Amino acid sequence: MTTNYQLRRVDFIFKNENDWEEVLSKSISRTPQELINELISSELKGRGGAGFPTGLKWKLSSEAVDDIKYVICNADEGEPGTFKDREILSRVPFKVLTAMAVCGHVIGAKEGYIYLRGEYFFLQPELKKAISEFEYFCKEINLDFKIRIFMGSGAYICGEETALFESMEGKRGEPRNKPPYPSSYGYMGKPTVINNVETLAHTFTIFKYGAKRFYDLGVQYSRGSKLFSVSGDTPKPGIYELELGMSLADFVDEFGDGDTKAVQVGGASGFLVPRKRFGETAIGFQGKLTGISLPTGGSMMLFNSSRSMFNVLDNYLEFFREESCGQCTPCRVGCQQLLKGIKAVKRGEKNAHYLDKLLRLTETMQLTAKCGLGQSVANSFSSIVENFREEMIY
Amino acid sequence: MHPVSELIKNLADQHGRERRNLLPILQGVVEQEKYLSEFSMIEIARELDLPAAEVYGTATFYSFLEYKKMGKYIIRVCKTITCSMKGKNQIMLAIEDMLKISAGETTPDGNFSLLQTNCLGFCHKAPAMLINNEIYTELTPEKVREILSSYLEKKGGLYDN
Repeated sequence: MTTNYQLRRVDFIFKNENDWEEVLSKSISRTPQELINELISSELKGRGGAGFPTGLKWKLSSEAVDDIKYVICNADEGEPGTFKDREILSRVPFKVLTAMAVCGHVIGAKEGYIYLRGEYFFLQPELKKAISEFEYFCKEINLDFKIRIFMGSGAYICGEETALFESMEGKRGEPRNKPPYPSSYGYMGKPTVINNVETLAHTFTIFKYGAKRFYDLGVQYSRGSKLFSVSGDTPKPGIYELELGMSLADFVDEFGDGDTKAVQVGGASGFLVPRKRFGETAIGFQGKLTGISLPTGGSMMLFNSSRSMFNVLDNYLEFFREESCGQCTPCRVGCQQLLKGIKAVKRGEKNAHYLDKLLRLTETMQLTAKCGLGQSVANSFSSIVENFREEMIY
Repeated sequence: MHPVSELIKNLADQHGRERRNLLPILQGVVEQEKYLSEFSMIEIARELDLPAAEVYGTATFYSFLEYKKMGKYIIRVCKTITCSMKGKNQIMLAIEDMLKISAGETTPDGNFSLLQTNCLGFCHKAPAMLINNEIYTELTPEKVREILSSYLEKKGGLYDN
């Protein structure tokens, strides 16, 4: 089965940002309610991977009553296979800074932070320059908003929003229990909006052109465009802005090397889709009317038939075992046991039925792990083991 | 005053002495010293009036905050899936062969440490590595040898102290 939907390139995110001063001035002259409505009608959903409606996020924080609130830009881009946020921050930083200030205006925050992963330390000088130019303009138009960079230090889990707050508070990056949610209890216990870099860049587009331009792109439940980080066995690795809702078959037609065996959608914490399911898989957020629809932070890794899926899974599990914060038992012990388990099956120390026990373990992790890391190990594990079982055994 | 104590005091003056200033201070020490010694962690605890165990617990959580003595140049080769598929092992071999150390080790002259790290976010230009904060991408064994040679020249030779 193939869809008649064609892959459509879009050019919003990296389009010039020369008019950011105008967009900022115009936006802060509008009421918070107007801006929230604009976002809600655009149906923009978070571009970090989780897909929470951005307008609702801003609305909840704007309703929280507190003198101090924060806006945080999550630039702890650590998911294997994603590299779009760095490109946004280095090519169109003023879009992100403008969006942060507009968010500050909407929710009543005077301080913003960019949590930048330690691996991107080299972005700092340019970004600092942009921030000081930005703050200079804010002063000119009497907008009281400060932006600082907070550096991470090499911890994947800090991309989880509450772990990120803990990290900024000077602690181990261990996720908190939810609720309370960041909109009422975020950084330093204050109401906080935390958005992915790309989400903020899209709000710039929406404030500049209006919600309709954005809403007209994409499909139901998955409006707008999205940056895709394309890597692996492809003749054209790189970053591409595409409309949401595309079929994976069309994607592979465009980016595959003619021998694509499987695509990992959404990084190590996402799903592996084998060739036989390309046609029935769409890229976007899950809705009641769509078929199989996979959300993604934009990581698309292609594997051709020369690749061993055992090695792929082994690499992911090693990653998760190292990056698990160790706080909750299902994730800490689960990741270790999964890795040991697949190696034991491969070596013939355990029989093939042991894989089913491991699958049940991932179900337990999905139900009981405290945060998205432990819960999502099941995604790649089950999609690889179920589709490439023989490669796990022989 | 011990130079590290002075560095810590300056960092605390610059960033503040609240708990939320801990990470920038730890990062500042690592930038200068390349790692956090027990002495540094105790000094930071004293300066911020925190239990030393809290400082240790926080510092050891983060993979870029080393707590073992490291070389002047820390090489971090990405080992996550795409870099791994695109020849990470050959890159490691080239470096090991040139510096005569294995992953996790430091050269006897204290100039280079070799580590592997998780996704650096350069999957489209794999394989990739960091040397301190500099990024190098689309590596080949030849390219790696050239890069390391330029660092060795900076040092005036492999065994120069």
